[in-house]
Amino acid sequence: MSRIRPIGLVRAAVVLGALTAFPFLFPANWIVNMAVFTLMYAGLATSWNLLGGYSGYLSLGHVAFFGIGAYAIAIAFQHGGVGSGYVPFLVLPLVGIGAAIIALPIAWVAFRTRGPTFAIVTITLLFVAQQLAFNLRSLTNGSQGIGMAVPPFPAATYERPFYMAMLALFALSLLCCWYLRGSKLGLMLFAIRDDEDRARGVGVSTEAAKLLTFALSVGLTAMIGGVWAYYLTFIYPQFAVDPLITIGAVLMVYLGGKGTLWGPALGAGLLVPAQQYLAYRLGASELYLVGYSAVFLVVILALPRGIIPSLTDRIAGLRKGGTGSEVPAESGIGVAVSQGVRS
Amino acid sequence: MRLIVQACILGLLTGGVYALMASGLTLAFGIMRVINVAQGAMIILGAYLSFSAFTVLHIDPFLSILLVAPVVFLLGTVIQLAFIRPLRENERQQLSLLVTWAIALGIEGVLSVAYSTTYRSTITSYADRSWQILGYHVSEVRVYAFAISVVVLGALSLVLSGTRFGRAVRATVQNPASAALLGIDEKRIAALGFGISVATAAAAGAVFGMVWPFNPGSHYDLISRLLTIIVLGGMGSLRGTVVAALFMGVAEAVFSVTISPTWAPMSFFIVLIAILVVRPQGLFGVTERGAL
Repeated sequence: MSRIRPIGLVRAAVVLGALTAFPFLFPANWIVNMAVFTLMYAGLATSWNLLGGYSGYLSLGHVAFFGIGAYAIAIAFQHGGVGSGYVPFLVLPLVGIGAAIIALPIAWVAFRTRGPTFAIVTITLLFVAQQLAFNLRSLTNGSQGIGMAVPPFPAATYERPFYMAMLALFALSLLCCWYLRGSKLGLMLFAIRDDEDRARGVGVSTEAAKLLTFALSVGLTAMIGGVWAYYLTFIYPQFAVDPLITIGAVLMVYLGGKGTLWGPALGAGLLVPAQQYLAYRLGASELYLVGYSAVFLVVILALPRGIIPSLTDRIAGLRKGGTGSEVPAESGIGVAVSQGVRS
Repeated sequence: MRLIVQACILGLLTGGVYALMASGLTLAFGIMRVINVAQGAMIILGAYLSFSAFTVLHIDPFLSILLVAPVVFLLGTVIQLAFIRPLRENERQQLSLLVTWAIALGIEGVLSVAYSTTYRSTITSYADRSWQILGYHVSEVRVYAFAISVVVLGALSLVLSGTRFGRAVRATVQNPASAALLGIDEKRIAALGFGISVATAAAAGAVFGMVWPFNPGSHYDLISRLLTIIVLGGMGSLRGTVVAALFMGVAEAVFSVTISPTWAPMSFFIVLIAILVVRPQGLFGVTERGAL
């Protein structure tokens, strides 16, 4: 298995290079602000894809850990100053590791179930986190929220450090995804996705693989939550543990292509600017929810496999010079049957 | 002790309403293996429709069920036909979760625009009356709510056990392939079954609106409870759902008086974690496809 393909390396260098240069080319605050949120969702979607895309376990409660990361940073810096403004970024790895450790026992319980029941358990996780944020008043200040010191960044380039932090976390998530795909752990996850019982039967330690991936995925999510909290400098329970954040990230994964490397980021790049525009045009009105729901339904029904898998199929079909794209790629049995018919 | 008995009475009455709400989820899961995350939103929709029927047309909320349930039944059938049926068989379980979540968001958005996000409550003339039984306060409206839930649940189980349609539904739940071989139109059963499952939600919503204040966002709170109940009852078992709903109603009420009302919703999650550790298949869970 050759790990690094030149074309992949070039692609990553070009995209990440362009993203690094972006705030210098387009320094207007509102553009960079939008880009911060786009990168945030790109990171969230990519890290969600680690678990949801690779192992097939649909977690709808990742935002619980986003909230944990956000509150960790907010609680740590609510009283003290932030010095030159870069200290909160430096403690992010601790936040990620802490969240991953908290996640282990939770994941152990959640992984006692599979399929739709697992999804349900993760949904309830979201509500547990929200309840805790509301009720642990001495720690979280309840529904009044927590404020932090505003960092002393120059106004003209205020967004830039947050942008770079989000970019770094996105790149880290991407690196994890890429590394996992070729690693033994990744192969274990694919085996679990295809047939967990059989995978366990042939000696894959499914439990360890799932726990490790869950912890990695939510650790990344928590770090992104930490940057988000610091960027807003004020967080409330209903915003820090907003179900829309998870559902947004999941939507982007499905739009771009579940289980692909770049799909989630592509989905985020398309949807977040559109979402920000919708929110801006429709204001705070809840019509925004209706638009969101409509986009979601269209994506799931019209493009259930996502952009990247559909495109690669189309290209593969063109190369073969026929209508080869009709072969259902994801079902091994389907492929075997159609090949059997052909021969 | 007195407090705990009082809490048990209250909890049992609440549990009856939970049972009605959750039975629809179980029915839809049994027939299609689809978890309807929009069930909470359907309940809130039912609550708003009955609220409007009461404030505008002056129809008693209990009577308005006869109006609200058919409307939501139609809506549910349309949703099944338009959004759930097109999903591919092998992806239906996963994608239906997302699709129904999107529908929940859509309903929340429409209700927020139509009714704004302030809390409402359907307040009838008998809302504050209560009976004294052996020295315990028993709120009238909650007893009626419980009674209506029992009636609707009873009607549902009669339909399932006594009618041709009900037998077709149960056959589909037990073995869809054989049911299809016997000439049962599985797609029709799925559409009608989904309609019925959300109609029970709407009926429960009319009742819900009389007992608890609600706003368009309340569906999150509801669905988290209902999902816990169906996992606890063992996915797809109607009997398990009713037992789990009554149990959770009582557990929540007792938790509320003995520990703290603000932490009461946590009782659901504590029970959920306990059940997952001890018995992940739920109280009445079966590993194979069950009998409803």
